Amino acid sequence: MTIELSQFFQVFFEESFEGLDVMESGLLSLDPENIDNEEINSIFRAAHSIKGGSATFGFSSVADFTHVMETLLDEVRSGSRSISQDTVDLFLQSVDCLRELLQGLQAEEEVDTTRAVELRGQFEEILGVAPGAETTGEPAAGPQSAGWHIVFNPCEDMLQTGNEPVRMFFQLAELGQMTVRTDISRLPSFSGMTLENCYFSWEIDLIGPAIAKSSIDEVFEWVVDDCDIIITPLAAEHSVTVDAPAATSVPVETQADIPVPAAATSIDEPATETGLASAKDAAPAVAKTGAPKKNESGSIRVDIEKIDTLINMVGELVITQSMLGQIGADFTFDKIGKLQEGLQDLERNVQVLHESVMQIRMLPISFTFNRFPRMVRDLSRQLGKKIELVVKGEQTELDKTVMEKIGDPLVHLLRNSLDHGIEKPEVRVAKGKPETGIVSLNAFHQGGNIIIEITDDGNGLPRDKILKKAQANGIVGPDAHLTDEQIHDLIFQPGFSTAEVVSDVSGRGVGMDVVRRNIQELGGHVSVKSKEGQGSTFSISLPLTLAILDGQLVRVGKQVYIFPLVSIIESLSVDMKQVSTVAGACDLLRLREDYIPIIPLYDAFGIEPDSRNLENSLIVIVESEGVKVGLVVDELQAQQQVVIKSLETNYQSVEGISGATILGDGTVSLILDIAGIVKMAQGIGINDLSSGQQAA
Amino acid sequence: MSKILAVDDSASMRQMISFTLKSAGFDVVEAADGIEGLNQAQQHKCDLVLSDVNMPNMDGITMTRELRGLPDYKYTPILMLTTESGGDKKSEGKNAGATGWIVKPFKPDQLLNTIKKVLG
Amino acid sequence: MSAVPAEQETVESLAEAVNVASDTIDQYLTFIMDNEEYGVDILSVKEIRNWDSATPIPKAPSHVRGVINLRGTIIPIIDLRQCFGMKAIEYGPLTVVLVLQVNAPDRAYREVGIVVDAVSDVYSLEADQIKPAPQMSDKVNANYIRGLANIKGEMVILLEINHLLGQSDLSDLSEVRDVLKQVEKAVH
Repeated sequence: MTIELSQFFQVFFEESFEGLDVMESGLLSLDPENIDNEEINSIFRAAHSIKGGSATFGFSSVADFTHVMETLLDEVRSGSRSISQDTVDLFLQSVDCLRELLQGLQAEEEVDTTRAVELRGQFEEILGVAPGAETTGEPAAGPQSAGWHIVFNPCEDMLQTGNEPVRMFFQLAELGQMTVRTDISRLPSFSGMTLENCYFSWEIDLIGPAIAKSSIDEVFEWVVDDCDIIITPLAAEHSVTVDAPAATSVPVETQADIPVPAAATSIDEPATETGLASAKDAAPAVAKTGAPKKNESGSIRVDIEKIDTLINMVGELVITQSMLGQIGADFTFDKIGKLQEGLQDLERNVQVLHESVMQIRMLPISFTFNRFPRMVRDLSRQLGKKIELVVKGEQTELDKTVMEKIGDPLVHLLRNSLDHGIEKPEVRVAKGKPETGIVSLNAFHQGGNIIIEITDDGNGLPRDKILKKAQANGIVGPDAHLTDEQIHDLIFQPGFSTAEVVSDVSGRGVGMDVVRRNIQELGGHVSVKSKEGQGSTFSISLPLTLAILDGQLVRVGKQVYIFPLVSIIESLSVDMKQVSTVAGACDLLRLREDYIPIIPLYDAFGIEPDSRNLENSLIVIVESEGVKVGLVVDELQAQQQVVIKSLETNYQSVEGISGATILGDGTVSLILDIAGIVKMAQGIGINDLSSGQQAA
Repeated sequence: MSKILAVDDSASMRQMISFTLKSAGFDVVEAADGIEGLNQAQQHKCDLVLSDVNMPNMDGITMTRELRGLPDYKYTPILMLTTESGGDKKSEGKNAGATGWIVKPFKPDQLLNTIKKVLG
Repeated sequence: MSAVPAEQETVESLAEAVNVASDTIDQYLTFIMDNEEYGVDILSVKEIRNWDSATPIPKAPSHVRGVINLRGTIIPIIDLRQCFGMKAIEYGPLTVVLVLQVNAPDRAYREVGIVVDAVSDVYSLEADQIKPAPQMSDKVNANYIRGLANIKGEMVILLEINHLLGQSDLSDLSEVRDVLKQVEKAVH
């Protein structure tokens, strides 16, 4: 029987990544001066499991590497070795290296083991073994003989370990012709006998062509330490009369030959074929079999509780359905009350079911937060700062897709706080602050959104410097009167960076404008509050899920479109006095101090509206990335939550449209991509758009 | 049909063992640590126990000792799944009452051959 | 090739009517457009439904009629007449939409509805009954045509919908039009 090992790879990778996370967080909180037993045990177990799995599934590069890590960890946990901060660092680097190795293997890429070999060498140096030396050798094949004499004198309690001599004899019989003599001299009198004990011993002659001693050893492998077993080759003529080892033995010629199964005579197979210690040979062969599925985020681990809730809800739904079915089967008007009741139940069931299904996609934000302790530790070393990271609300749940996309912006903001926010220790001390700076990450739910705050007690934003820079760059006019808040917000403007030195840590190309844009693409927003000298708080607000959208239904001609509610600033009826028409350019709407380009949606989308007269028409002002445009529409309809469906599944992406949804009457309605529409307007010049030319 | 209890904290190992045994026609009960293993052993009368050594909550050696104290498991074969580096674990396991061991890593075929040795 | 999903009654009964295909015999569902008969592999037909309004896609070319809701998924509707460069006609009671499952060569599986004048017949054709498509100029992609079959003296053009509707950009199918023109010229 062949078992395809590749079918287990995915689970192995998943649990290995989890194991690496456990190791990492364990190592980060490990105090080399005062090692916590439970901590080091869990680190050890994680390494041990990865080693066991990788060896079993044939990933020898991982297995060899984790082997030395495990060995060192074992010595630490047994107390025979102390550990230094440098060694902890070595372990952390190794965790990174292993993660990369495993990711490469998971993606079926050619993996580069140079780093692994190098790190492994460092461990071997610490352990004092020769580099690359195998810790265990292949067991020697041992001598062969045409016949063996075996004296088997088991300890009395052998049976109580589940070892059964008869089974051993069966195995021996498979090796060759066997003669067994039982020695009952140790048998006590009946009254002195304990049923559980073994009082017999045996002498066995085993005859066959070239029986390896190792295959006999293997039969007794589990009992050799607690029993007397003497195995000697029979004389060449395999005479049955052998020198009795013990003078006291009383040979009783009882057992006849145990019949040898025909198949068992082919014993010239190498003993290691069936041996237990031969897995080393097996490993490379396993590596070739099958392929792990390339699967980055296609699967999700769901708490069993959530599934149970779902099943319960479906159960209720079935009950409601059958109730409604009964009412419908012989409906009379006096049952109308019951019908309404049933429909109410149905509505409630569906709503709860909907929520439960959405719950499945929700994961605690700790999945993202987990990598930050390590990052803060490494960066503060690199920057020569003392920083403590405080994490709160890591159990706050968030949609998996949102989570995957918020990682990079969070990393950027955190790096920014570490680099530009927190001061060097000596500066802090001079300011009368504690030497160690504190950066805190906090996540919580607030009215259908998740809020993530990154707070530091560092320098705060330099108000005057920001203003000066913005004026120099022409972002604001020289006489602009701005509140502190507006000035702080300038850091999110494209191309804005006040850092005096572009550092390795945060000032590399990507600016705060990208952070804001990424967050807006998720339907969220980011803001900053800061007090100079005291610190800053960046606050990100995100929708809990991307699959559902709060929408405004808007009609243009015969079509109904969905506007994301979050991007609507206001809607108003046009007063021509507010409109300035520029020849050859698009109309502008003067709204307080702003001039807002007017885009008739019917032109942009090429559809027939109720009216093309701008006078008294309805305009919806929307905003994306700080740019406002006014979209001319015919009618505002209801606001409702809509389920987002992809157009790309069966069709392709469409400019200005982010997806579609199905309305209550079963028809499809398209969801506007406000950022896309604004970009369309900017990209082709608002002129072209308003005159209805087709975009490239 | 013989019933086998497989105890390992690694899900992939458990899957591999379980799949292999089921393919060979055994009934398989799984557990992720020693405590779960003890519970499962009491609920199902198993003919063989395979157990990892290093596990959270309760390790395989403690579980073996506990199992041997149960009347149903006095003579039941218990095999430890040990790694080659765990030399002292072998004797520790034996002292706790384990029948023998299977050295990790092992191939499905090796697992079945070893099981034949005790259930044959 | 995937099996016809069980819940599609229409297709199931069609498939039953002509018995289950053997290895060498493929079954084709044919339809009429502009007095010309075209065939598609019956295993790719998921459903046949009457024309119902679709939601237009902004600035899509005229052969993309829009998108419809097919039991919760959004699928595009392509007017095959306009694709093939024929005159557009008013949709009538016989106008049908064939929902096809397309295993595209350069993208994942997709479902597309095509509007045709009317469904015609189901034929079982053995491999040797299908002639290769006529020689085309080098400029066009001959993959769109699986071959030609002569049924009762009439020529049926068998379409390779995985290539025809599997393209990543469905808004430009001008190449299809060119291929069809050449095929028709060769046939008549």
